[in-house]
Amino acid sequence: MKKAEPRSVLMNLLKSPTGIQGFDEITGGGLPSGRPTLVCGGAGCGKTLFGMEFLIRGATMFNEPGVFMSFEETNEELIKNVSSLGFDLEDLVRHKKIALDHVHIERSEIEETGEYDLEGLFIRLNYAIDSIGAKRVVLDTIESLFAGLPNQLILRAELRRLFRWLKTKGVTAIITGERGGENLTRQGLEEYVSDCVIMLDHRVTEQTSTRRLRVVKYRGSMHGTNEYPFIIDENGFSVLPITSIGLGHIVSNKRISSGIPALDVMLEGKGFYRGSTVLVSGTAGVGKTSLAAHFAEAACKRGERVLYFCFEESPNQLMRNMRSIGIKLEPHVQKGLLQFQATRPTLYGLEMHLAVTHKAVNAFKPDVVILDPINTFIIGDKPNEVKTMLMRIVDFLKGNHITALFTSLSSAERAQESSDVGISSLIDTWLLLRDIELNGERNRGMYVLKSRGMANSNQIREFILTDHGVELREAYIGAKGVLTGSARIAQEALENAELLTHKQDIERKRRELERKRKVLGAQIAALNNDFESAESEALKMIETEKDMIKRLEKDKIEMAVSRKSVIENRKPSKLKK
Amino acid sequence: MKPNKGSSDKKLQKSKPPNKADDKWVLRLYVAGQSPKALTALANLRKICEEQLEGKYGIEVIDLLINPQLGKEDQILALPTLVRKLPVPVRKIIGDLSDTERVLVGLDLKAVG
Repeated sequence: MKKAEPRSVLMNLLKSPTGIQGFDEITGGGLPSGRPTLVCGGAGCGKTLFGMEFLIRGATMFNEPGVFMSFEETNEELIKNVSSLGFDLEDLVRHKKIALDHVHIERSEIEETGEYDLEGLFIRLNYAIDSIGAKRVVLDTIESLFAGLPNQLILRAELRRLFRWLKTKGVTAIITGERGGENLTRQGLEEYVSDCVIMLDHRVTEQTSTRRLRVVKYRGSMHGTNEYPFIIDENGFSVLPITSIGLGHIVSNKRISSGIPALDVMLEGKGFYRGSTVLVSGTAGVGKTSLAAHFAEAACKRGERVLYFCFEESPNQLMRNMRSIGIKLEPHVQKGLLQFQATRPTLYGLEMHLAVTHKAVNAFKPDVVILDPINTFIIGDKPNEVKTMLMRIVDFLKGNHITALFTSLSSAERAQESSDVGISSLIDTWLLLRDIELNGERNRGMYVLKSRGMANSNQIREFILTDHGVELREAYIGAKGVLTGSARIAQEALENAELLTHKQDIERKRRELERKRKVLGAQIAALNNDFESAESEALKMIETEKDMIKRLEKDKIEMAVSRKSVIENRKPSKLKK
Repeated sequence: MKPNKGSSDKKLQKSKPPNKADDKWVLRLYVAGQSPKALTALANLRKICEEQLEGKYGIEVIDLLINPQLGKEDQILALPTLVRKLPVPVRKIIGDLSDTERVLVGLDLKAVG
C-alpha cells in the first residue's frame, strides 16, 4: 500500500474542494481542478446556488477568488438571493474575493450583419478573472445566449472555444445548464463539457419534494454513482453521502444506563452499549415515549448531548407530559444539552428527512439521538424505502458512535414481534412493550426481545408509570399465568399476609423459647443455691473435723509431755540407726 | 474618445426633437485589436455613414483588448459590435457590417424604397 501511494498521488486528478457539505466526500475531493464542470437540472433545482456556494466557499475557505458570470440574474438580485442563505456577497465583492458580471443580451436590440465571434465575452471574462486573480469561474446559465444570438453555428463554435479557453486559463469552472427533453441540457452542452457532469433534480412524489444530486460523469476519478439527497437551507447546500458508509464502524464496550435502574438490571445490570441502536416498540399508549424520555434525561444528567426528534408531539407538549411522570427535561434544554427537532414526517420526503437528520446531527454533535416514533414515516411511502432510509440513519449514527433510540408503534392486530418497518435486523437492543389484558384490566408489560452482545434477562416485567418515572416490577407468574395490575397486587397482598403469619409464628416460637430459657435458668439458679448451701455445710463439717484432729494431736503431745516420753524423738533416732 | 462623447451627449440632449435626419449620430464600434473582422467592420461602417449620414455622425472605436473594462457598459459579447448610442433607443448591430441592408435596418436608416 505504502509503495503505491506516491504513484497514486501523481495519477490522481487534482481536485478543487467545493466546501459544500458532503459533496467533496462523494466526489473524493471536489471538482476537477482547472477544468469545466457541467451542473445541469430543471428549473429551481439549485444550480445557481450550487455555483454560488462553490465560489463563496472557495473565496472564504480556500482562498481562491472567483468570478460569477450571470446570464440571468442581475448582480443586485444575486446579492439579495444569497444573503437569505447567510452569505455576504457584497462584502466579498468589495474585498475583491468575488467578481460579479451580469451579461445581458436582448434579442430585439440586436441585428446580425455578417461575421462575428464572441471575443467580447472572452475579453470580459478574462478581464474579470485577471482583475481579482480568480481561480474559479461560474457561468450561469450560458445557454441563455442561445436565446439572444441568432446564429447557432457561430455560438456553438464559440462555446467550444470558450470551454477550451477556460481549460487553458486553468480555472476551475462550473457551467450550469437547464435540463432538456432528451439531453442533459437543452442545448446539448454536455457535448462540450465532458470532464465532469453533475445533475441536480427536484422531484415530487406523493406531494412531498426531494432534492437529489447525482454525479453523472467524472472523468479520471472515482465517484459515488448514487442519487444523493441534498437540502438547501439557511446554511446553504448540503449533500449526504449516505451510502459511503460501510459496516466498518468501531464498536464500543462502554455501557450506558437506560435511565431506569430496573431495566439496566435486565441488561446485565449495565444498560445499553454505547453506540448501539435501541428499538422500543409497542402498541399505542404503552409508554414508549416515557422510556425514551428517561433515557434522554439520564444521558443529560451524565452531561451528554441529546438530540430528540419528535414526529408526533411538539417539544412543549412532550415536556409537559413527561413532567407528569416526574421527568424534567426543561433544565437540560436550557443548558443546551437537549435539543428537540419537531417536524411532521409528512413535511418532506424520506430523503429529505435523512438529510435533515444528518445535518442536525452534524451540527449538534449529540451522544444520543432519539427518533420518536419512526413508523410515522410510512405514511405515503413504501416500506422498502423507509427501511433503506432507516438503515442509512442507523449506519450514519453508528459511524459517529451515537447511541440511538427509536420508538416504533406496532398495531395490535399484527404480530408483536414484527416491527412495522421491518428494521429488526438493524437493531441491537429491542425492548418490547406490550399490553397484558387480564381481569378486565389493561396493564403494561415489558421484556427484552433481544440484546446483542449481552446476557439479557428473559423475564417479563410489569411496566408502571408513576409520578417519579417508570418502574419495573416483577410480574407474578403463577398457575394462572402472568398476573399484573390489581391481580398482581392481590397476589402480593396474599403473599404479604402469608408472610405476616409466618413472621408471627416465628415470633411466637421465639417467645416460647425465651420462656423455656428463663424457666431453665431459674431451675439452674435454684440448684446452684442448693449446692452452695450443701457445699458450705460440708465445708463447715470438714473444718470441724480438722479442728478435732488438731485438738486430738495436741492432746496426745500434751499427754506425752506429761508422761515424759518423747514420741517425736524416737522416730528420728530409729532413722539414724 | 471619452470627453468627446460626453460633450456631444450634452449637446444632443438639448437638441431634441428627434428628427432623424437632423440629429447628430453617435456610433460606437467595439472591436478586439486589428483583426480582419474589425477592419472590415470599420470600413463598412465608414462607407455606410458617408452615404447615409454625411456630416452628422461621430464614430468611436473601442478596442476591448486595450480597455477590457468598457465591454461591460454596453453588454458586449460578440465582436465586432456596433452600438448606436444616439439617437435613442440604443441599438446593437453585431458582425462585420458586410450586409448593408441589415445594417440599415439595424440602424433604423432603411432607405425608403
